[in-house]
Amino acid sequence: MLELDFRKRLKQFDLQAELELGMEIMAVVGPSGSGKTTLLNCIAGITQPDSGVIRLNEKTFYKTGERPLRIQDRRVGYLFQDYALFPHMTAGRNIRFGAGKEADAAHIAELTELLGIGGLLDSYPHQISGGEKQRVALARALAAKPDLLLLDEPFSALDDDTRSRCQQELLRIHNLWQVPVIFVTHSRQEAAKLAHRIVQVDRGRLNLINIEASL
Amino acid sequence: MPADLSPLVLSLKVASISTLAVFVAGVALARLMNRRDFFGKSAAEALILLPLVLPPTVVGFGLIVLFGRNGPLGAWLEDWFGIQVVFTWYGAVIASFIVSLPLMYQSAAAAFDKVDPRWENVARTMGVSEWRIFRTITFPLAWPGILAGIVLAFARGIGEFGATLMIAGYIPGETETIPLAIYFSYEAGEMEQAAFWVITVSALGLAAITWLNHWRKRQAASAGRE
Repeated sequence: MLELDFRKRLKQFDLQAELELGMEIMAVVGPSGSGKTTLLNCIAGITQPDSGVIRLNEKTFYKTGERPLRIQDRRVGYLFQDYALFPHMTAGRNIRFGAGKEADAAHIAELTELLGIGGLLDSYPHQISGGEKQRVALARALAAKPDLLLLDEPFSALDDDTRSRCQQELLRIHNLWQVPVIFVTHSRQEAAKLAHRIVQVDRGRLNLINIEASL
Repeated sequence: MPADLSPLVLSLKVASISTLAVFVAGVALARLMNRRDFFGKSAAEALILLPLVLPPTVVGFGLIVLFGRNGPLGAWLEDWFGIQVVFTWYGAVIASFIVSLPLMYQSAAAAFDKVDPRWENVARTMGVSEWRIFRTITFPLAWPGILAGIVLAFARGIGEFGATLMIAGYIPGETETIPLAIYFSYEAGEMEQAAFWVITVSALGLAAITWLNHWRKRQAASAGRE
């Protein structure tokens, strides 16, 4: 269970987040600059809120007046917009990077097979297509068996066919591993297709919206 | 060609040791400044870069004040380690270090600035320690800029004259680096010997810059394929 109840001052407005998330997929929609990426960054620990609480399964990530939990100790998988694959490492090393020496080989083999990237492991990021990068980045985010998955516009750079395939893969992974997922998207249709819940962010305010109504 | 090649040997020794020290200090300082904000940061940065704009004689004077027998660092080094800096090749190493540190620092700082912080952040979300992130992500990706800094610092170290003369003096076979050999050969009217060292030091500098440019082009070409 992810609990958010925090406030973060941005240039134009305050980001105010108050919600709870179980083992669901939640889509975050809203115009550019409304605070969507900041929301993910606060959960991951890349930026800190100004006040409030962020908690995942009894583990406190952030609480006013307390030292925030290090990013490394949060066990959050984060897929950045345009993926941020390490350019000097092969896809395989990118995926295994966080797992270290005691890499769970079986888990990683399962992931690469599930995402159909077994043949790409020796390729460098600049040698593979956008869709392939996306799947490598997803495998990397899942390799350390995170307790929460954050995806920032994961499908925006993909062509229609690849997008559709990757969306199916996300649903499959969610069904298999049952981790809470928050993904940011510009597409209401995508949100409605994948998410159990949709949150609209508007000038820092989070509003739960009805899936049917959103279409 | 002069019978005595000790200026070449000494210059290479001084520049190598000072470059090694400059590499460690420059990378550490650049990393610190790149990541942390603290009171007096701009002043600290200005102090590191100051030797770039000062006449070498000012640097030399400062070093004599600090490292002279009665200077705070000089007295300490002599009392504790029995090391005398003034009129020894150690002095030449320190002079080289001070004048080449700004070049290494600037190159390394620019190189670290270019490393996308998202790569470090994504590594953090994977549970990787800060030291391993630096070793395997930040440093390798900043390496081209750092290498340029190393080459520049080495070339600057080889060419250092004014501050070296002031702190290490001119003792043939002891503190006579190539730039000192050029000046004092010329003073003594030994034009052939001066010309030999001029050509030697120019060739060293040219080789370093040519190699660096070649390496950069190769890097750019491989980046272009990405």
